[in-house]
Amino acid sequence: MFTILKKQELAPSVKLFVVQAPLIARKCQPGQFVILRIDENGERIPLTIADFDRAAGTITLIFQEVGHTTRQLGRLSAGDALLDLAGPLGKATHIEKFGTVVCVGGGIGVAPVYPIARAYKEAGNKVISIIGARNADLLILEQEMAAISDVLYITTDDGSKGRKGLVIDPLKEMLAAGEKIDLVMAIGPVIMMKSVAEVTRPYGVHTIVSLNPIMVDGTGMCGGCRVSVGNKNKFACVDGPEFNAHEVDFDGLMARQKMYHSYERREHRCGGDCSCHR
Amino acid sequence: MFVSSIKHKMPEQQPEIRRRNFDEVALGYDDTTAKAEASRCLQCKTAPCRQGCPVGINIPAFIKHIREGDFTAAIDEIKTKNNLPAICGRVCPQEDQCEKFCVVGKKGEPVGIGRLERFAADYARARGRKQKVILPPEPLGKVAIIGAGPAGLSAAGDLARMGYKVTVFEALHAPGGVLMYGIPEFRLPKEIVRQEIEELKELGVEIVVNAVIGKTFTIDELLTEEGFDAVFIGTGAGLPHFMDIPGENLNGVYSANEFLTRVNLMKAYKFPEAGTPVHAGKRVAVVGAGNVAMDAARTALRLGAENVYIVYRRSEEEMPARAEEIEHAKEEGVEFRLLTNPVRIIGDERGWVKGLECIRMELGEPDESGRRKPVPIANSNFVLDVDTVIMAIGQGPNPLVQQTTPGLAVNKRGNITTDETGRTSKEGVFAGGDIVTGAATVIQAMGAGKKAAAAIHEYVQNKRKGARNSQ
Ligand SMILES: Cc1cc2nc3c(=O)[nH]c(=O)nc-3n(C[C@H](O)[C@H](O)[C@H](O)COP(=O)(O)OP(=O)(O)OC[C@H]3O[C@@H](n4cnc5c(N)ncnc54)[C@H](O)[C@@H]3O)c2cc1C
Ligand SMILES: Cc1cc2nc3c(=O)[nH]c(=O)nc-3n(C[C@H](O)[C@H](O)[C@H](O)COP(=O)(O)OP(=O)(O)OC[C@H]3O[C@@H](n4cnc5c(N)ncnc54)[C@H](O)[C@@H]3O)c2cc1C
Ligand code: SF4
Ligand code: FES
Repeated sequence: MFTILKKQELAPSVKLFVVQAPLIARKCQPGQFVILRIDENGERIPLTIADFDRAAGTITLIFQEVGHTTRQLGRLSAGDALLDLAGPLGKATHIEKFGTVVCVGGGIGVAPVYPIARAYKEAGNKVISIIGARNADLLILEQEMAAISDVLYITTDDGSKGRKGLVIDPLKEMLAAGEKIDLVMAIGPVIMMKSVAEVTRPYGVHTIVSLNPIMVDGTGMCGGCRVSVGNKNKFACVDGPEFNAHEVDFDGLMARQKMYHSYERREHRCGGDCSCHR
Repeated sequence: MFVSSIKHKMPEQQPEIRRRNFDEVALGYDDTTAKAEASRCLQCKTAPCRQGCPVGINIPAFIKHIREGDFTAAIDEIKTKNNLPAICGRVCPQEDQCEKFCVVGKKGEPVGIGRLERFAADYARARGRKQKVILPPEPLGKVAIIGAGPAGLSAAGDLARMGYKVTVFEALHAPGGVLMYGIPEFRLPKEIVRQEIEELKELGVEIVVNAVIGKTFTIDELLTEEGFDAVFIGTGAGLPHFMDIPGENLNGVYSANEFLTRVNLMKAYKFPEAGTPVHAGKRVAVVGAGNVAMDAARTALRLGAENVYIVYRRSEEEMPARAEEIEHAKEEGVEFRLLTNPVRIIGDERGWVKGLECIRMELGEPDESGRRKPVPIANSNFVLDVDTVIMAIGQGPNPLVQQTTPGLAVNKRGNITTDETGRTSKEGVFAGGDIVTGAATVIQAMGAGKKAAAAIHEYVQNKRKGARNSQ
């Protein structure tokens, strides 16, 4: 059992847990994730390790309540425990001194971007971060990102905080102005990662995205997480989750994420019409 | 006394009922039938049946106990060699093993050795009978086992009995390997797997789940920082193969591993009571004709599919699945499309499977394996109207451990290479089961685990002796 030591609400429907998991905390690196299962009937779901404290033996998970399991998770409190937690899984981010790195986090994607951006910074890079959300209430980790970034841009769809617009807007401007960018790292909704890839492609700027296909085991034995990268099938849980954005078949990924839509609604017994479902 | 020339039948659920439920198909012998079947054994002095058993069970001895009605003595005899008899009695291909060599089988049907093993194990389990174990006060050493499939569990059981402190590291949340996630409930109830593994724990075996070796720990860390004297790798052949044909990433296409894991390990057949969904369409094509394909096809039927097709490029004769599994699948209504090979999966505008384009095949000259090679018949393409496609064309070795263990030799297919005792190229590291042989059988994996346990014992004792002498 993995005890939740701390719970914090970062935004409506976005929660942070600090979980006791010494074996995972000992080994994990930025870019890696865990698979968790709440209880005996639970589904296995992947969540990124958003932070860790090796000395305390804890990891931090930040999740958005989007469906059955994440909402059930959101109802747990400090003192409750998760039945299963496996990890660290996936390949760690390749960290070295590249020069100038732009880190883009959209929505809940800011959570996985944070430890990676921090590691780039610690490796001596100039880190320019762009974080965005639909509105000010949904923006997370602003202070944390500010602390580790040389420059931080904030965007919201409705302009309630920072610039009105999308996270790709500042990126477009930087590239158009001829700013030297050595690497772009983008994590967020698939549609956002796809737009980032399209923005950087003409400039030939190496761009990495962290993919979030549906997973079961997370250890490479089912192929449920397969995505087409450079026209080859890759298993995101072991070959990734990070890939070269210019090679990823984002449309295929989006289609596969919808595979269980009708089942997910059935699960809520509300027919999918209640306010819990977008 | 009259001795029947055929095996006593084991009662089964009727096909038209069982094809829609996940309860066990075969129901097992009762006491009387077990004794009668045991009486068919000639108690041969040479016991040729024993050479066919990879774990070396004393077959005539346990059968004699059953004939005499001493069922607990029977299970005690089996358990000296086999840690998982209720499982082996159910899933071993006895026709290729012990029963193949049975003398009685020369004239009629061989003795039902597997059915008798199953009977004895179930009898003891139903009565909660526990084995007596006396463990030494000081363990002989510490051994780490990677993977809680049949290979790892059998090595663990044997080493624990010898007096080692054994820790099994398993990546998934439940031990059992294929027994838990692959072989379906209706052939091997998961409760039986769970109970048989519980008994191993009573021998002092510790099982750590959610531990992915290569990630959570590396083999080198286990041997140094964690202080294990030796490591056994039994990580299986868990990497699903796909065909690399167009359309394989459409929604509704599964590897058999994913499909079966969702249903068996995650209990998706109980959705939404269990949280994991599975999509079993109305018309399902399963590509392949091994045991895995039969399991996937029969599972799809039980989830409510109306038509389930086995699509196989060779003919009935070459199908690798056990005859009994094929028979069961047919009885339940699985349809066979033989000499048929998929070339493309066709999707609808929403990205879902709507058909499987196939080409008809004919058999040509024999290939390296001695089987006649299927060759496509030009212009014979046709579309099978299906909404789900399950790929059951084989599995490769799970690469996580090999990738993170320097100095561990593998062959060109990625399987770990060992000598006949299970020793790898790396000192103190042993391996066995599907990770060494490629996809094989439960009992072969257990046999490999048993051999490696003996080799590990020898290795650790020599090492300790060496350490003492040089002091
Ligand atoms: C490597 C990896 C890391 C992730 N890290 C985080 C994280 O740090 N924080 C976080 O909030 N989420 C993260 N996710 C996404 C998270 O796993 C899903 O939101 C979660 O599985 C949804 O489960 P649910 O039962 O609540 O929702 P469901 O009822 O299963 O689904 C709700 C909605 O989410 C979609 N969905 C289902 N599974 C996924 C998935 N794996 N990814 C994206 N959408 C999905 C469904 O299609 C549906 O629209 C990560 C995913 C991956 C693969
Ligand atoms: C659907 C199906 C049906 C079958 N039916 C039969 C049958 O009827 N009869 C028969 O004899 N055989 C059958 N087989 C074959 C048989 O199940 C295998 O040969 C046998 O299970 C091999 O045992 P193993 O211990 O080598 O590997 P596995 O059973 O595959 O176990 C390996 C274990 O290692 C774990 N693991 C992998 N990597 C790691 C890691 N890095 N760290 C920690 N743990 C790890 C896995 O999660 C798994 O639990 C079937 C196989 C399948 C897939
Ligand atoms: S070969 Fe057959 S008859 Fe002879 S001992 Fe073995 S099971 Fe009995
Ligand atoms: S989640 Fe099963 S292979 Fe990646």
